[in-house]
Amino acid sequence: MNLRTKRKLTNRAALGLSFAAMSFGLFWLCWILYTVLNLGVNGLSLELFTKMTPPPGSPGGLMNAIAGSLILVGTATLIGTPVGILAGVYLSEYGPRTLLGLVTRFINDILLSAPSIVLGLFIYAAYVTRVGKFSAFAGVLALALIVIPVVVRTTENMLLLIPNSLREAAFALGAPKWIVIMRVTIRSAKAGILTGVLLAVARISGETAPLLFTALSNQFWSVDLNEPMANLPVTIFKFAMSPFTDWQELAWAGVFLITMGVLALNIAARVFFKEPAKS
Amino acid sequence: MTEPTGPSSPAVQLAIRGLSFYYGKYQALKNINMDVLKSQVTAFIGPSGCGKSTLLRALNRMYALYPEQRAEGELLLDGMNLLDADVDLNDLRARIGMVFQKPTPFPMSIYENIAFGVRLHEDLTRTQMDDRVEWVLRKAALWDEVKDKLNQSGMSLSGGQQQRLCIARGIAVRPEILLLDEPTSALDPISTARIEELIHDLKREFTIVIVTHNMQQAARVSDYTAYMYLGELIEFGDTDNLFIKPKNKQTEDYITGRFG
Repeated sequence: MNLRTKRKLTNRAALGLSFAAMSFGLFWLCWILYTVLNLGVNGLSLELFTKMTPPPGSPGGLMNAIAGSLILVGTATLIGTPVGILAGVYLSEYGPRTLLGLVTRFINDILLSAPSIVLGLFIYAAYVTRVGKFSAFAGVLALALIVIPVVVRTTENMLLLIPNSLREAAFALGAPKWIVIMRVTIRSAKAGILTGVLLAVARISGETAPLLFTALSNQFWSVDLNEPMANLPVTIFKFAMSPFTDWQELAWAGVFLITMGVLALNIAARVFFKEPAKS
Repeated sequence: MTEPTGPSSPAVQLAIRGLSFYYGKYQALKNINMDVLKSQVTAFIGPSGCGKSTLLRALNRMYALYPEQRAEGELLLDGMNLLDADVDLNDLRARIGMVFQKPTPFPMSIYENIAFGVRLHEDLTRTQMDDRVEWVLRKAALWDEVKDKLNQSGMSLSGGQQQRLCIARGIAVRPEILLLDEPTSALDPISTARIEELIHDLKREFTIVIVTHNMQQAARVSDYTAYMYLGELIEFGDTDNLFIKPKNKQTEDYITGRFG
């Protein structure tokens, strides 16, 4: 067998294997999407968005859970994003090789891979037991703890991609460091940083474990951060495990909403990230 | 105002005295002594790694961004040693501008690319800023090409236009000296020719120091040339003399292409 045929065969084998791996992944993904669509669409109706979570046997929707999820995810993002971006800027621009930088990066990596239930229990021990009650704000804190490491990591990585020549060009005009960072470096990495934030939002919008011991859930309408708050993941958890078919249908509708929301966020992240690659 | 005594003896703009430079423990420049003359173009030539870019980056203390790099000796500008610890680096860089090898437009509009540097040092009204932007773009021979799209991104320009924008941005803060680090090595021949013309026009108002690996370019644009090798200044003098009858054998070997 000559060299060329050998190479061709190796190429085909590698191509076949990677195609098989891709199909394997895609198969389950499509099945999941199909199930979600199939079972979720039944529950879709106007009531879903206008009625509260019902007791078993009566009509209702997920209005309080949808609103609660939006509030929890939104507030957690508002808290986690600035902290994450500032820490990422520190790691990339100020202390990449300092002791504090190395320690921060190491701890951040641990936090990044910490199981979310651990973070939920931590907030339970550190906040809920001290305040004496479950509250939406505790849920916000737990979710923010998930947002921060994701944003730190992406911010740092995106800033490291900015060539030093761009920073030097700004310094060469006599710009102080903070102006270089604010007006040139961060601006150049804007799309990437935003992508990181969107991915973090996608990640927390489906998290159930950190909310189980913190925000709990609520059968009723509540937007008070000091009270337990309804939210989609815990509602789905509760309703899906119940023996009532109308609850199960609502759970599937909730799954459908989260899945579509996360899908939309991921697509948005991709669109954002594509933009600067053209130039 | 009295005219200088003649083109042969222009005033000294920047005096380099006993300059040595270190990357950590490695010594990249060894005791450099030379004068950069006012309103003249000085070129640094030499083979790769000879220290010509290092010398240029020492002049505006760009190296200060990197903690492991340091310089010793004196860089005298108006009697002030630029290497003194108490020199304000932002003021220094406003007086000594720099343009890099690859065009580096900032991620903002053409107008803002220029206004960015000016705002750091001067408080101008909107009209004054408009005037400054136009003045500097005309100087950089870019005005006619961009006057209708000042609000477009600086990144949307071609490579040669981007480099002229970077030169415009550098002279907009009205430095005394402009350092050019191989400004045309990433450009096509036509863009290169335009930048060389530009250098010729700009030297009336600015002192220019250019690093180039292209000897023809050094011969075309510069009044004085410094030939460097292995961190040492081998020969420095009038460009015509240096190219026609170099005093040093090494210089001669390099410029005749026998080595390098």
